[in-house]
Amino acid sequence: MTTSALRNPSLSKPLKSAGAPVSRKRVWVRYALITMVVSYIGILIIAPLARLLFGAFEQGLAPILESLSDPNVLYAFWLTLWISVLTVVIHAIFGTILAWVLVRQRFPGRKLLNALIDMPFAVSPVVVGYMLLLLFGRNGFLYPLLSALNIQVAFALPGMVLATLFVTLPFMVRELIPVLEAFGIQQEQAAATLGASGLQTFRFVTLPAIRWGFIYGVTLTFARALGEFGAILVIGGGIKGRTETATLFIYRALDERQYVGAYSAAIVLGIFSLILVVSSELLRRRGGES
Amino acid sequence: MSVATLSKAAAGSQGSRRPLWGAWSLRAIAITYLTVLLIIPLLVIFRDGLREGIGELWHQVTLPMAWHALKLTLWTAAVMTIINSVMGLMTAFVLVRYTFPGHALLNAIVDLPLAIPTLVTGVMLVVLYGPQEALGAWLKEELGISIIFAPPGIVLALLFITFPFVVRAVQPVLLTLDRTQEAAAATLGAGLFTIGRRVILPPLILPLATGALLSFARAIGEFGAIVIVAGNLPMYSQTAAVYVLGAVESENRLGASAISIVMVTIAFSLILVVDWLQRREDKEAV
Repeated sequence: MTTSALRNPSLSKPLKSAGAPVSRKRVWVRYALITMVVSYIGILIIAPLARLLFGAFEQGLAPILESLSDPNVLYAFWLTLWISVLTVVIHAIFGTILAWVLVRQRFPGRKLLNALIDMPFAVSPVVVGYMLLLLFGRNGFLYPLLSALNIQVAFALPGMVLATLFVTLPFMVRELIPVLEAFGIQQEQAAATLGASGLQTFRFVTLPAIRWGFIYGVTLTFARALGEFGAILVIGGGIKGRTETATLFIYRALDERQYVGAYSAAIVLGIFSLILVVSSELLRRRGGES
Repeated sequence: MSVATLSKAAAGSQGSRRPLWGAWSLRAIAITYLTVLLIIPLLVIFRDGLREGIGELWHQVTLPMAWHALKLTLWTAAVMTIINSVMGLMTAFVLVRYTFPGHALLNAIVDLPLAIPTLVTGVMLVVLYGPQEALGAWLKEELGISIIFAPPGIVLALLFITFPFVVRAVQPVLLTLDRTQEAAAATLGAGLFTIGRRVILPPLILPLATGALLSFARAIGEFGAIVIVAGNLPMYSQTAAVYVLGAVESENRLGASAISIVMVTIAFSLILVVDWLQRREDKEAV
């Protein structure tokens, strides 16, 4: 500090003595902060991820492929995919309508509905499954009606799709609301004035404008649906070969100490979700630039 | 002029009558969708839990196992929220203010927990810290700390899952801060700590609170990672969500509904507060 002050006599002394220690301290703080953050993320996120990946590939690919080619496992992954696709399609339609109504329309209770959208985010998946069980289960409120119509919801595909729909509700809507708000209504109004029908306006004016939010919403919904576990466990029951999804298989395999099977399935599921989210992020970046 | 107004009126009525019909039906679809998917299931649980009256509900909640599970859920979530707030704030600061090799990668990694199914998160933590694994065994023998099948594992799992919330809440606000104020404070002789506390922190309080509450709310309901990491040891590592699962499986309907009501009520209150905070934040931004 003293030497640098001596070398720069042109600078006024009080300023120098106040400025120099701060800037040197800042460099020190900078390295300390970066080190802390990097090691925190390293310990919390990178280390477990790396351990799982290396642990599974320790014995090579053969045991992984063998455990994944079990018909029950293949069925579990197929079921997960099927539930996720159904969820995405339903949310893509109704979630978009919901977001549009919440942004474009004013009516009493709108703010409450808007806040309610985030509920699935905080409600425990187990509770979600249990709520559906109370509705559709053997002693459920709607059971007499459903059995009269011969529809099975609990411990069957419809219940699992409903549970996944509940859990993934916020993603589509929350992605679309800000984009719709930013887009405004002028172009929609212009299209309507020029005689476009509501559907035409949506198809040719609104949808192209919100497509990146839409794509991102779809990906997040898909990724979340792939990983759903608690709600599906309660409403689906995890019956092997019938209502057992990929996550439920992992849970059962851990319980039965089939670690290779569990870890392999966990890796496949994790990598699949990662690819989804990373690719949509890349898409979005490209979309943002153009 | 009269022609102009006439044509405008005609266009207006033509343009508004059709969309009005469309708007009403869309609104009906939206509200029905939300009611069927969200509101009816939520109401059903209240109806079921309050069937035997509020006294029975209270009795179910205060049963030792249930009470312990709720307390465990709340305190692990609270510990996570404190750590997550500090580290999330720090991470956001580092990401916004500093450039260093690996910066973009670090920024991308922040979102990683959102992409990974929480059950897989649980598996990852067990593989690393489990009692049969090298690191887990070492921690147990040398330091006497068990992480897996114990409360620390719950906190760790929650930290992993909720890591993006605080960072992503604080980051955009931090980006918009005017740095000349910090420079002015430094010129006036304020130390780093004072600048941090008096200049940088105040505008970040609102987003920080939003992110922290959101992670707390998310943590209360977490199940997938916790059931793998903490196991299901009543009175020790059994959280509220795992307790509900046990109650459902043993057909203890009263217990399951009572604890579910408590959890849903906590979740709903927190969501309302977060919603209110976010609206205040939006107002301040404007």
